[in-house]
Amino acid sequence: MTFFSNIWRNEKSREIIVQIIVLFFLGWFISWLVMNVNANFEALGKDISFEFLFIPAGYDINQYLIDYDSRDSHLRAGIVGLLNTGLVAFFGIILATLLGIALGIIRLSKNWLASKIAYWYVEFTRNVPILLHILLWHGIIINTLPHPRKAISLGEVTFLSNRGFYIPKPLAESGIELVYLFLVVAIIFSILFAKYCKKKQDLTGIQYPVFWINFSVIFFLPLIAFFLSGMPVSLEIPALKGFNFRGGMHMSPELAALTFALGIYTAAFIAEIVRAGILAIDNGQREAAESIGLKPSKVMNLVILPQARRVIIPPLTSQYLNLTKNSSLAIAIGYMDLVATLGGISLNQTGREMETMLIVMLIYLSVSLSISALMNWYNSKVKLVGR
Amino acid sequence: MSEKTYRPGNYPDLPPPPGTVGVYGWIRQNLFSSISNSLLTIISVLLLYYLIDGIIGWFFLDAVFDADSKIACRKINDGACWAVITRRVGQFVYGFYPEAERWRIDITFLTMFVAFAPLLYPDIPKRKWLLYFSVFYPFFAFVLIMGGYFGLQKIEYSLFGGFMLTVILGVCGIVCSLPLGILLALGRQSNLTVVRTLSVCFIEFMRGVPLITLLFVASSMLNYFLPPGTNFSILVRVIIMFTFFSAAYIAEVIRGGIQAIPKGQYEAADALGMSYWQKTRFITLPQALKISIPGIVNTFIGLYKDTTLVVVIGLLDPLGIGRAALADTKWNGLSTETYLFVALFFFVSCFAMSRYSLWLENKLNTDKK
Repeated sequence: MTFFSNIWRNEKSREIIVQIIVLFFLGWFISWLVMNVNANFEALGKDISFEFLFIPAGYDINQYLIDYDSRDSHLRAGIVGLLNTGLVAFFGIILATLLGIALGIIRLSKNWLASKIAYWYVEFTRNVPILLHILLWHGIIINTLPHPRKAISLGEVTFLSNRGFYIPKPLAESGIELVYLFLVVAIIFSILFAKYCKKKQDLTGIQYPVFWINFSVIFFLPLIAFFLSGMPVSLEIPALKGFNFRGGMHMSPELAALTFALGIYTAAFIAEIVRAGILAIDNGQREAAESIGLKPSKVMNLVILPQARRVIIPPLTSQYLNLTKNSSLAIAIGYMDLVATLGGISLNQTGREMETMLIVMLIYLSVSLSISALMNWYNSKVKLVGR
Repeated sequence: MSEKTYRPGNYPDLPPPPGTVGVYGWIRQNLFSSISNSLLTIISVLLLYYLIDGIIGWFFLDAVFDADSKIACRKINDGACWAVITRRVGQFVYGFYPEAERWRIDITFLTMFVAFAPLLYPDIPKRKWLLYFSVFYPFFAFVLIMGGYFGLQKIEYSLFGGFMLTVILGVCGIVCSLPLGILLALGRQSNLTVVRTLSVCFIEFMRGVPLITLLFVASSMLNYFLPPGTNFSILVRVIIMFTFFSAAYIAEVIRGGIQAIPKGQYEAADALGMSYWQKTRFITLPQALKISIPGIVNTFIGLYKDTTLVVVIGLLDPLGIGRAALADTKWNGLSTETYLFVALFFFVSCFAMSRYSLWLENKLNTDKK
């Protein structure tokens, strides 16, 4: 008896015993699950196989970035869905970032009224579920925008209607290569120039307006090339044919609603992150920078923002991840993203719940794990080295 | 007026310069301190004017509060048609719970505040007695809502809906996920490799996949993992998924709190010869939970908002009721009114939660004194 009580009282051996017990129960639990799945599948005459991925999907997807029709396989339908998820995440992230940063800064501004408006925007937006945002925007576009025949026209080139938004599509013509070439040259030049200026500043302390010079080079050089080569871009303007518009770029009501909703919702969170990040910087930093005579813009760009960035970027990335995961709610309004294609219609048609959900979950999981790994690396890189 | 002379050191205080005090001074400093600031003020005022003008007109002045259909609404006035809500307000609140039994929901809801009061406000008088009620409350609520005992009519899960369903899902998820979240956070910080690995896997998996895929699993696949023939209500399955999902997030929040505790605290506890559980109970958790209150409440708010997702697997939460109303040809196209009404409900409850967390944070903040 003493032998066992000694083992239990020894910290090391107790840890090992506890872990063995936990492992045993885990193994028992997993085998229980597997047995249940086997029994259930046998009763239903099902098996697990991924062959369904290669049979024709047989359903249409109204929006695709790569060629797709209903004779293509489920796998391809899934990829189309994945790309659609990426598309809406991309637009949503751009909108959320711009709006969020603007709101965060307005919230900190000395203007009482503007800061209050930003505050109430944030409170109203983030306290309402994202699904409600999506449905609300979808409803507004579908129910309150006019029919294509009476579409709201912005300068006769862009049209807003309840079938979606139509914007002119730029078409490249021959001679566009020159513009691309100039763009590449301009980018290479600006990288080299920035390096040169950095070196010069380190050596002599002289500063050049690097940003403005590089900005004008990148902007104007391709523009000159554009005019030199005889304006090789034409716009395909959407035109009303029959009941709907033809030509131009089409943004479906679902994509538009999803982009607005995700962007506007996430912007409220980003605004708070930006605000907290700027507030996290000790006031002494600002005062010190002002006392050595830096202009307000320099105080912001050289002192506050570089430090705030360290605080802001990790939660910002997790907001981007949230936005991407929230885009899976697209299924509620019929936008064909990954969950709606592979996890929705493919699942219903083939009856392979296990396999499709496994694939969908693994895709989301690998995206978010790889991004958090990236963030951990970034965190350890920018972490303040403490004593 | 003659100039008075003062001895050095005895000068009276001069009044502050005009334009820095009073209403005028406040306006000048806060709204028109510079050209760009004035511009921002003017833009904000214009924005507010159009917003308020439009909102009041559409919401109240031109709105119709009772009519038989959308067309009837439009005949009366061209503002919002709130009839879609007023005609179905019972459904929005109780779902399809039998009308004669709705008093049971009312009582459960009202007593919920009594049960939560001692937990939320530590200074409440007679706290001890109220706490007994809090412990007893879950059984009380279960019996009252479900029925089947004491002569109460048994009500099927499938009749639950509306705001009542939101509150049930939200409260159950919140109450269950906090203990699980604490355990997971402790597991993640544990010295035992197996326990730590398990916790990390669980947390990362739950945080990595969208909630909606978990709900799909709950609705269509969970039965495969249980012994053949087992079948339990979709409501319970959904609550389990919500609990797991938000427990993973809470675990991460609490882990942040645990890591923020200075190392000296543990060392002092070890020096006193405390066991692991003593250390956890008296040193780690009180401090960690206090730091992580804002994060925990944010997770709760997130969970509460996420209960709307059950509409995708066919439960009739307020959004589901709203969509059913919109599918009715009489109310077709009134989505803005319906969704704004539901949004208002969520705004009020979530805003209240975030205010409470601010209050608690201030109360527990011992640094100030």
